[in-house]
Formats: sequence, C-alpha cells, structure tokens
Amino acid sequence: MVERVIATPAAVALIERLRGRHGELLFHQSGGCCDGSAPMCYPKGEFRVGPQDVRLGEIAGCAFYIGAAQFACWAHTQLIIDVVPGRGAGFSVEAPEGVRFLTRSRVFSDPEAVALHAQGPPQRG
Amino acid sequence: MLHQALDQLNATFPLRGRYDNFIGGKWVAPVRGQYFDNITPISGEKLCEIARSTAEDIELALDAAHAAQRKWARTPPAQRAAVLNKVADRMEERLELLALVETLDNGKPIRETKAADLPLAIDHFRYFAACIRAQEGSLAELDHDTVAYHFHEPLGVVGQIIPWNFPLLMAAWKVAPALAAGNCVVLKPAEQTPMGMMVLMDAIGDLLPPGVLNVVNGFGVEAGKPLAQNKRIAKIAFTGETTTGRLIMQYASENIIPVTLELGGKSPNIFFADVMAEDDDFLDKALEGFAMFALNQGEVCTAPSRALVQKKIYDRFIEKAVARVAATRQGNPLDPTTMIGAQASNDQLEKILSYIAVGKEEGAACLIGGERARLGGELEGGFYVEPTVFAGHNKMRIFQEEIFGPVVSVTTFEDEEEALQIANDTLYGLGAGLWTRDGNRAYRLGREIQAGRVWTNCYHLYPAHAAFGGYKQSGIGRETHKMMLDHYQQTKNLLVSYSPKALGFF
Repeated sequence: MVERVIATPAAVALIERLRGRHGELLFHQSGGCCDGSAPMCYPKGEFRVGPQDVRLGEIAGCAFYIGAAQFACWAHTQLIIDVVPGRGAGFSVEAPEGVRFLTRSRVFSDPEAVALHAQGPPQRG
Repeated sequence: MLHQALDQLNATFPLRGRYDNFIGGKWVAPVRGQYFDNITPISGEKLCEIARSTAEDIELALDAAHAAQRKWARTPPAQRAAVLNKVADRMEERLELLALVETLDNGKPIRETKAADLPLAIDHFRYFAACIRAQEGSLAELDHDTVAYHFHEPLGVVGQIIPWNFPLLMAAWKVAPALAAGNCVVLKPAEQTPMGMMVLMDAIGDLLPPGVLNVVNGFGVEAGKPLAQNKRIAKIAFTGETTTGRLIMQYASENIIPVTLELGGKSPNIFFADVMAEDDDFLDKALEGFAMFALNQGEVCTAPSRALVQKKIYDRFIEKAVARVAATRQGNPLDPTTMIGAQASNDQLEKILSYIAVGKEEGAACLIGGERARLGGELEGGFYVEPTVFAGHNKMRIFQEEIFGPVVSVTTFEDEEEALQIANDTLYGLGAGLWTRDGNRAYRLGREIQAGRVWTNCYHLYPAHAAFGGYKQSGIGRETHKMMLDHYQQTKNLLVSYSPKALGFF
C-alpha cells in the first residue's frame, strides 16, 4: 500500500496536542493565494466535504482531503505534512500555537506509480 | 537601517508598543487581555504587540457597528463622500509614515509602498466617494399609473477579512465601497501584517463617526471565525485561499448572507513572437512584463507566475528575460533602490522553498535563482527568496499551484490555439497577460481567456475603475469598480399605483 499523504514526527506530535484541545480533526489541502497551497486543519465536522473532495488518506488518525480538481494536478506526488514556525493560516487551528502545517512533496517513483494505479482511485468525500 | 527607520518614525508620529482594537471610535483592550508579537519580516525582530482577540471582542465591535449603522446609512451620500475624501487627504498627508509602516510590517520595498500601495489606497477612497455621489436609483413606468422605484440601500453591518500581501490597499478596496454605500464595518486584518491598519486608525480615526469602522485583530480561528460565522453580519468579504473561502461560504450559508471572495490564481503571461519583431520600447516593456512575477516578492494573487512564450522566439526571448530578472536588486526593503524585499512570514518562506524543491524534483530546469537568499547583517533573520525562473511544462505542479513567491514557470506554445489551451488549463481565472503587436489577435484571445482581467500589453496595473475579480475557483465578485457598490447594497423596490381604481378581481 503506497500512502498518498504522510506526516513527519513533528506534525504527528502537533496533531496529538491539537486533538487534546479541539477533539477529532480533519485536514483539507488548500489552493490559491495568501495562506493557500497549504494544509488546513479543522475540528472534524467543521468543514463540509463532498463529492468534489478526494480523501487522500489519514495522518495521525485524521482524514486528509483535497479538492478533486486540485488532486488531478497533484496525483503524481506524495504529500508530506510537516510543521514550521509560522503565523497565520486562515481558520486552521494550529496558528495560535505560533506554528504552521506545511505540505512538502515528493514525486512518486515508477514502481510506486504502478502500485497506486493498482490501488485504484482514492475515495471521494 | 531598520532601527534608524523606527527612530525616524517615532519622532514624527508616536507608534504604540501595543495596539488594542479600534472599536466604537476608541482603543479598546481585548477582553481576555491577550496579545501577540508582531514581527517584521525584514529582520525577524519584534515590532509591537497586537491584540489577540476572541469572539467577545468581535461582539463588542458588532455592538458598536450596529449602534452606528442607522445614522451612517441615513447620512447623505455627499457627507459620506466628504468623509471618505477626508480620509484620503489624511492618508496623503501621512503617506510617508504609512508607507514606512507598511514596509516594516510586510517586508515589501519602500519604493512600492510609496509609489503604489499608498497612492492606490488613497485613490480608491476618492473613487468610491465619487461613485456614491454619482449613483442613482431608477424608476420604471410600468404603465400610465404604475411606477417601480428602485432604491439602493446599504446591507447594514458587514464583516471583512483582509489579506497580508497588500494590507492597506486590500483594506481600502473593501472599506471604501462598504462605507460609501452606507454600511458599517467590522474588519479583521491578517495576523501576519496587523500594524499598518492600526497606525492608519490612529491617523484617521477622528474623521469617522464612532462605530462606522471597527478593527479587531487576532488569529483567524479565534477572531476571524466568530466574525465570519456571526449572525449579526449582513455580508462577509474575504480575500485569501480556496479552503478558507469554502468555509466562509459554508458559514455564510448558515446565515443566508452574501459573500464576496477573492481566492487567488495562477495567471498566464503570454508572449507572442511578434514582441521581438523590433528591438524597441515595446520589447523592453514586454521584458519588464515578464519580470513582473517578482513584484511584491510574488505575493500577488494575480502574479504572472506562468509565462507562455511562443516557440519560435523562445531561446532569444528567454535569454533577454533571464538577464532582466538577473538585474533585479534584492535587498533591504527600506533601501529606496531595492526592487524585491522580504517574504511576509517564515511559513511563507518555507512554503516557497518547498515548491521550489517540488519543481526541481519534477524535472523543471532552474534558469536562475532557486534558493533562499541570505543577505547577511541585520537582514540575516529575514525571509528572502531569490527571483526564480523554471522552465517546464504546464502539468507540473509548479505550473498549477499558486506558490505566492518570486517564482515563474515558463513553457512554450506553437500557435494561438495552443496558447489559449495552456492559458485556460488551470483551476483559477483571476488574471492573465497578453503581449503582441497584433491588435486583432489581442482582442480575440483576450475574450477567450477565462480570467476576470486580461492585461493586454501591460501587467500589474491596479487602477480604480477597472473591475478586478475571478473566474472559476478564483472567487466571486468584482472589486475596484463602481459595480462593487452592488455587492454592498440591496435593492428596495417601491411598486406604486397612482390609480384610484380597484383591480376588479374581488
């Protein structure tokens, strides 16, 4: 099983801390300007996902979504969710901690791409 | 240079070490007494403390706005316009100060805040002052005795969430039409760049009736969310990115209120072979148009971050274009000769570097730049990125994502048809650039490109009276034009019969 999204240990630790404060969480990868092209973390149920969202996988027990049109452009890369010192993030819950989730990426290798093809398309919202 | 600038500022206009919220015409401490540090991206040093507000503060601001709303709505348009003009005049008197604060807060070059951000912000106030004076309702004579009158009425109290890339200019884009139309405003600046707006309120606060414009600072999740979700706002305006845009629409749906959204783009900048037909002023202008991707450190929703160059001139054009980029002066944003300054925040810097890494891994050729810029000295702790040019193809992620940094991705096209196909192959549709000496082609393509604004033989002009807004995922609404008044008004129809006769139905 090739994972489409994973998290660094620092991100996992932050998620665990945030979960203690906000309850179960959900991620949605944003696009567009300002704080975009970055992952947003919300209390589960806060952000409505639908058929236009792709469920990429889970990180630290949290579902991770991306818009389907954006997924089409990103499908050849694995997302590696990290955390950096930062400020401001739309309504993402980590901002007041002085940190920001960050999406790093790497291109899937050919064998991984074959395996992903065999896994079939990820589920929708 | 940084400390000299701060000393110079303090000598002319006392800056506060700590900024409370501006509510009901007064400085009001946040209810929970919390503040956060505001740092300058120039050096990473602390500039001041800013209120870290919560839902309670938003409620206070809404109380003040609602208390002021009826009177402001009934203030004659000429008087509202006069207030906006006074705001513009005061900003003009304080231009040097506000430009300097904006540069300290955001990291953008002082030559831009002085020559663009502030003069444009001022002009938007004057423009909407003029628009509201000139606006008329309408009447329709439906038949001899029946008349439909249409009146423009303000929405009431509106919420506005401002981005950090042009903090004062984006605030002016939203505040000016809202106030002109007779609304009261609760505004939340971006937490990355909260200071400029507070210095502005120190400068103009006395000109506005208390409660008409209220500014509450804080983090998105703690202050922006209770504003966007609030049942006491009649509209929410937001500039930012797609996921938050969706969440704001979702919140607005709970209250059944309108939204205007500006959510970014991945704007194509298209260069046809005929730009090189002569070695003249026009070619020079087109090359400047290419280098415009680095304006404001690339932190522009309409940054021309995809350059499409016709294949037959590619080698010659790109050689000149890269040389133009190489001539960009990067340095201290306070130096008047600096052309590219600091990215607005550390996370922004990290994000840009992560996308540069993706571009390299995807196999794009890095023609220039591609690294964090280490400027040393007092700038060592600041957030700087080299202007970067990648060559690749439109399916690469660096062609499809808004990096919001000084990074352009270049590809080629054979003919008009392919240029259009690549230009429109994006999730967004905010801006586009088109460079050609053939006016017919410019018109033809300009109409076919799916973007709210197609700069034709120019780029990055943001005058009042030219509509700005997006197609596709770039958002909803058109700013910087009198049509924005519609987004801050609703229509009252009085349907009046002047006939004394019954209909005869009952």
